[in-house]
Amino acid sequence: MSFPWAKEYTPTNGVMKFLDEKLPLPRLVYNAVGAGYPVPRNLSYFWNFGVLAGFFLVLQIVTGVVLAMHYAANAQVAFATTEHIMRDVNWGWLMRYAHANGASFFFIVVYLHIFRGLFFSSYKAPREMIWLLGVVIFLLMMATAFMGYVLPWGQMSFWGAKVITGLFGAIPVIGEPIQIWLLGGFAPDNAALNRFFSLHFLLPFVIAGVVILHIWALHIPGSSNPTGVEVKSESDTLPFHPYYTAKDGFGLGVALILFFAMVFFLPNALGHPDNYIEANPLSTPAHIVPEWYFWPFYAILRAFTVDFLFIPAKLMGVIAMFGSILIWFFLPWLDKSPVRSGHYRPLFRKFFYVLLICMAVLFYCGGAPAEEPFVMMSQIATAYYFLHFLVILPIVSQIEKPQPLPYSITEAVLGSDEKAVLGENAKAAA
Amino acid sequence: MTKLLSIRLVAILVGLGFTVVALYSFVVGAYAAITEEAPGHLPYEEPRDIAYSFDGPFGKWDVQQLQRGFKVYNEVCSACHSLKYVAFRDLEQIGYDEGQVKAFAASKQVPGIDPNTGEATTRPGLPTDYFPSPYPNNVAAAAANNNAIPPDLSLMTKARHDGTNYVASLLAGYAEPSAELLEEHPEAAPGPGLHHNPYFPNLNLAMAPPLAMTGQVTYDDGTEATVQQMSEDVAAFLTWTAEPTLVKRKQTGWPVLIFLLFATVLAYLSKNQIWAAAKRKNG
Repeated sequence: MSFPWAKEYTPTNGVMKFLDEKLPLPRLVYNAVGAGYPVPRNLSYFWNFGVLAGFFLVLQIVTGVVLAMHYAANAQVAFATTEHIMRDVNWGWLMRYAHANGASFFFIVVYLHIFRGLFFSSYKAPREMIWLLGVVIFLLMMATAFMGYVLPWGQMSFWGAKVITGLFGAIPVIGEPIQIWLLGGFAPDNAALNRFFSLHFLLPFVIAGVVILHIWALHIPGSSNPTGVEVKSESDTLPFHPYYTAKDGFGLGVALILFFAMVFFLPNALGHPDNYIEANPLSTPAHIVPEWYFWPFYAILRAFTVDFLFIPAKLMGVIAMFGSILIWFFLPWLDKSPVRSGHYRPLFRKFFYVLLICMAVLFYCGGAPAEEPFVMMSQIATAYYFLHFLVILPIVSQIEKPQPLPYSITEAVLGSDEKAVLGENAKAAA
Repeated sequence: MTKLLSIRLVAILVGLGFTVVALYSFVVGAYAAITEEAPGHLPYEEPRDIAYSFDGPFGKWDVQQLQRGFKVYNEVCSACHSLKYVAFRDLEQIGYDEGQVKAFAASKQVPGIDPNTGEATTRPGLPTDYFPSPYPNNVAAAAANNNAIPPDLSLMTKARHDGTNYVASLLAGYAEPSAELLEEHPEAAPGPGLHHNPYFPNLNLAMAPPLAMTGQVTYDDGTEATVQQMSEDVAAFLTWTAEPTLVKRKQTGWPVLIFLLFATVLAYLSKNQIWAAAKRKNG
């Protein structure tokens, strides 16, 4: 693991020597996020979001555990205990607003992290496993966030749960039994609320476990970088500490300012007013919308409005919605361009910007009511979404002529690299 | 190599499949959009923008206004609407002392148990009790109100878009529907037992205008109780009931943000110092 020039941990005092012999935790930390982990010297601020995602995961677990001490997962009292937290628990309002907005910020930084990966093709060899584990984390996050939103047992909680579990009902033959089995009844009620709470408490720790694998897999090839040229020599890298601890520290400060500005001054801006109405199975809200971070995928779900041959529209929407994320698993094998960074791929770059516009359209339409022109806009954007990943990406990577790459990271940063070269890449990259 | 090629071939075919189906939906939808007329929305109005003392990042409660709003709730709204997440003790937060709260609580009857027989009865409230509901249950509430259950008001201003302005606009906004509206949307005419209100999304509200005339409530501080004034005051009171911690939240936010700003500037400067050393050494 790591590069030959990585510094080795040397315990300086008796206690650390003792610890290093019996349980080398300090060595682990030193090699993971300390001076023992050499990192490309040219990482931009787009490489901050992994650390930020880790921070928000921890924040969600800490605030969530405290909230669970005061919350009761029972359909009779869930809404009232949420209000009890807001009114009577000391600093309960802060815990709940931090948790609700923390989920949003977790998704913001993870989306930026994902799109960083897409632009710089971070999923390419030798980092396929990091990407695959990342997609797993994202899927687990979506499941966790969905179940968390059900817990306050407001109108959107209830109807969101009904719509999302109803998606399973679209599966032919076995769909309806699966839906009833998932909910523990014919409609969301106490049984569903209880199991959602149980899973909502469990899944974050599963996420934490997969995050450890994600970081473990990352430390084998080391971080990618904005040029996409692999590390060649020691002058291409800097030790993680103090260089990137300092850079991540500043990034964390900026993220916390934005986060607490939301928590203290606009805590409900990202939520839906209907969720302050207690769940009522007899009254359907005018527009059922999920939380903002699901909007692009909700738009894909609703884009399929017409039965196609023997496939019902609803089933097609469900397949497309799940498929839109599952296709990310195949990216490392679809994009075969030898060049990683979008900076050196002129044709890819153009399509990438179209993808960003397409995501913005899907995001907007997912939050809008299911009316024209939003449905038509989301249909066009959905068509492009699948076209982009499954058709354009493989073809572009085949026909594109990339721009010349710098010889090394050192050259890209400092203009020249006259140091001796280690490893296999003795010649300049094309 | 052939295996990888086949993965991409399959991907291209699957991708084209999704694209074709999505575009097919688009064509059918676009055709329908051109040939069929979309159902029109009833034109309801956005709430009026009213300035409140608790607006903005430095907002504070206007205790006088909250007390006036509380009086409106107590004398008008509470006849039909519960306030179940608010306890009498909470009133100490809007400027009433312990004695006043005790006296007010005692003036309300809350559900209790007869200590001798164990039968359900009512007793005078204590500060720890919550505001009692005007109806024993939803069936009674529906029966007394033409089948429309008056909603609990504790969270009303958070449960509507732009809630504080919405409540104030709605209460003062009752009017006869205009002739033009009825001509364009005949279905907007209020049915039996319904009342036209331009701020209500379907324009027809079961609640009769609750605040009908100036002086309906007599304010203790001498403010003239116009319908407009009462509507704004009770909207302010309901903003407090929806989030009693609103002002504490904003006041806590400032020291947190100032600390973070300071810490982030320091983090930025140390980052620059650390990286400058790196650039000198290698460049």
